[in-house]
Amino acid sequence: MNPHILSRRLVLGGAGIVLSSLFAPVLPCAALATEALDFDELYGSVGVLGLTFSEKVKALSGRQVTMKGYMAPPLKAEADFFVLTEIPMSICPFCSSDADWPDNIVVVYLERAQTFEQANALIEVRGTLEVGSWTDPATGFVSLLRIVGASLATA
Amino acid sequence: MRSLIAALAATTCLFSAAQAATVYPLDRATILAGSPFDLKVEFDTVVKPADVTVTINGEPAAKVLGKDVVFVEKEPGFEASAVLIRAGALPKPGMYTVEAKAGAETRTVNWEVYGTPATAKARNVIFFLGDGLSVAHRTGARLMSKGMHEGKADGRLNMDGIPPAAFIGTSATNAIATDSANTMSAYMTGHKTAVNAIGVYADRTKDAFDDPRVENIAEALRRTTRKSIGIVAPSEIEDATPAAVVAHTRLRSEKAAVVGQMFAVKPDVILGGGSAYFLPKSTPGSKRKDEQDFITMFREAGYTLATDKTELAAAAGTNSGKILGLFHTGNMDTTLDREFLKKGTVSKFPNQPGLVEMTKVALGELSKNPEGFFLMVEGSSIDKMSHPMDWDRALVETIELDQAIGAALDFAKTHPDTLIVVTGDHTHGVAIVGTVDDDKPGTEMREKVGVYADAGFPNYEDKNGDGYPDRIDVSRRLMLFANNFPDYYETFRPKLEGPFEPAVQNEKKQYVANQAYKDVPGAVLREGNLPRSSDTAVHAVDDVVLQVTGPGADGFRGYMEQSDVYRVLMEAMAVGPQAD
Repeated sequence: MNPHILSRRLVLGGAGIVLSSLFAPVLPCAALATEALDFDELYGSVGVLGLTFSEKVKALSGRQVTMKGYMAPPLKAEADFFVLTEIPMSICPFCSSDADWPDNIVVVYLERAQTFEQANALIEVRGTLEVGSWTDPATGFVSLLRIVGASLATA
Repeated sequence: MRSLIAALAATTCLFSAAQAATVYPLDRATILAGSPFDLKVEFDTVVKPADVTVTINGEPAAKVLGKDVVFVEKEPGFEASAVLIRAGALPKPGMYTVEAKAGAETRTVNWEVYGTPATAKARNVIFFLGDGLSVAHRTGARLMSKGMHEGKADGRLNMDGIPPAAFIGTSATNAIATDSANTMSAYMTGHKTAVNAIGVYADRTKDAFDDPRVENIAEALRRTTRKSIGIVAPSEIEDATPAAVVAHTRLRSEKAAVVGQMFAVKPDVILGGGSAYFLPKSTPGSKRKDEQDFITMFREAGYTLATDKTELAAAAGTNSGKILGLFHTGNMDTTLDREFLKKGTVSKFPNQPGLVEMTKVALGELSKNPEGFFLMVEGSSIDKMSHPMDWDRALVETIELDQAIGAALDFAKTHPDTLIVVTGDHTHGVAIVGTVDDDKPGTEMREKVGVYADAGFPNYEDKNGDGYPDRIDVSRRLMLFANNFPDYYETFRPKLEGPFEPAVQNEKKQYVANQAYKDVPGAVLREGNLPRSSDTAVHAVDDVVLQVTGPGADGFRGYMEQSDVYRVLMEAMAVGPQAD
């Protein structure tokens, strides 16, 4: 794990302990600070007429999560958002007009713009889960699930 | 001889000095008499409106086309002027010369406007489009489905009984290479266009919806006939090939707009994938950027909705006359995944119908119309599996397309006034080189590739007689290679865990071999021969083979431009009737 990210996590974790003590002082800090979310856990039902978010996603809305996945080929080499996918993307929907995104993507907004990692490698993203339709004002990209204020590290 | 040289010099001089402007439709366009189209002249400089003249056979273009001229002094992004006449028409067949002038800029193009016989030869047309269908796909499907011994096939595909009639030239207006948008657009409008464009000529402005339009087959049938229209495609139904039946856009990726254009035309039967672009953006799973709910809009327009195989069967029994069947949010799964391996997204969408069922339901519904119908059936995933070089899936898709063709041939037995066209939109650079035999000695898979006499015959079996091999991972399999590829690991084996993903992008935006296949026993790294920006194998420029049977089939012969096919379809159905 990237030591820089590790140290920041510890700071946030400390904040979690302070908050949690108001409600449930016995909870371990990791449980409140972040919860791991898997691609398999995003949706409760999947159908032609739409998807429904899982109970876990609804419960984690607004909270710190970690997710493992692959960085899809980004719009620009240096940008503050990218698409996290379950498997490495062999196509680039930003680049090619005959490619399209899979259904279960998560859009990641980074704390600050940074140069992107090799798309072939599994990464772990940490940040706050946002649930619900939102249109990026700069690009028009519509997303349903986002991790915002995010940082990333090689998983 | 001297006069010839003088003439050549004069032509060359004329071309370089004066032929500056661009006129759409382009020179050598062929146009169905009476069909509305946009005329656009793009000048290279800013010109004055008073200096502009556009004539057709010497008469003012506005008068001939019956529509007003719009002058644009500066086009967005260009220091250059243009004139536009939207939705004009030329009702009378013949040769037309268009001259555009403004100051020093002039351009002359010629169009042929054609009518059709007054009497139709075919009441119904079924147009099978195997996306990317190349000769290797046919050969492979036959070997895999029917088998072979002593050099003779042990059976014939349905398409093997349909006479090959023409070689089709698939090139785009801007390149010899081509994609599924401009190629299907040529079939479905009679006009060639640029890569990624559908139902329009590709002009210079960025706007994907302002390009000069030409009429498509659905609009022509709605304008002149009471025939029904059906579209069946297991891809997203708003993907390029099905879109070309109904849509107009410079960019095939404008799928949300294509759904709106499909709704405007209202084909009577629409069956396929791609529901994400029908859902309002607030519905999870939607890929729209607005709140339009096309599921509700189609329902309110009288469509029976089907979302899986069971509902499709029920919809076939209703008398609504209109069916919207959407069976996946994205592309439907391949036959191999759907029916055999249960991989891909089959766990999420477990009850998807196949192409044969969809074709039969469409034929059943459309044939209720005594005026006849036009049905387009696409074998979408032949191409979608050939790009990543997943040859097993591509061949099984070809077998499924062939079985759908069988259903159409059965239909034509009782409806002999049906023209059936079987063709591809473009080809892939793929060939069968022999077999690969796991039982050959050693561990190197490369040494197990059997060529010439060592190839022998593959050992697929079809004990249940369903036309599909019982197993794809037999010990002696067909060995296919693409002649073009990104960096990838060749595994020499079927991809049983899901469709092949040969390359992924790195941080330099270059495609590199997907490491997921590195450790497959015997896998070898093949260094690509395409630019590193290419994600998968690409389309080939090679001609497509067109096959046809039924009344009107005699219109196809020799080498044809893809756009010429439209004219034969129009003639067969007598869509632009003139005196016989």
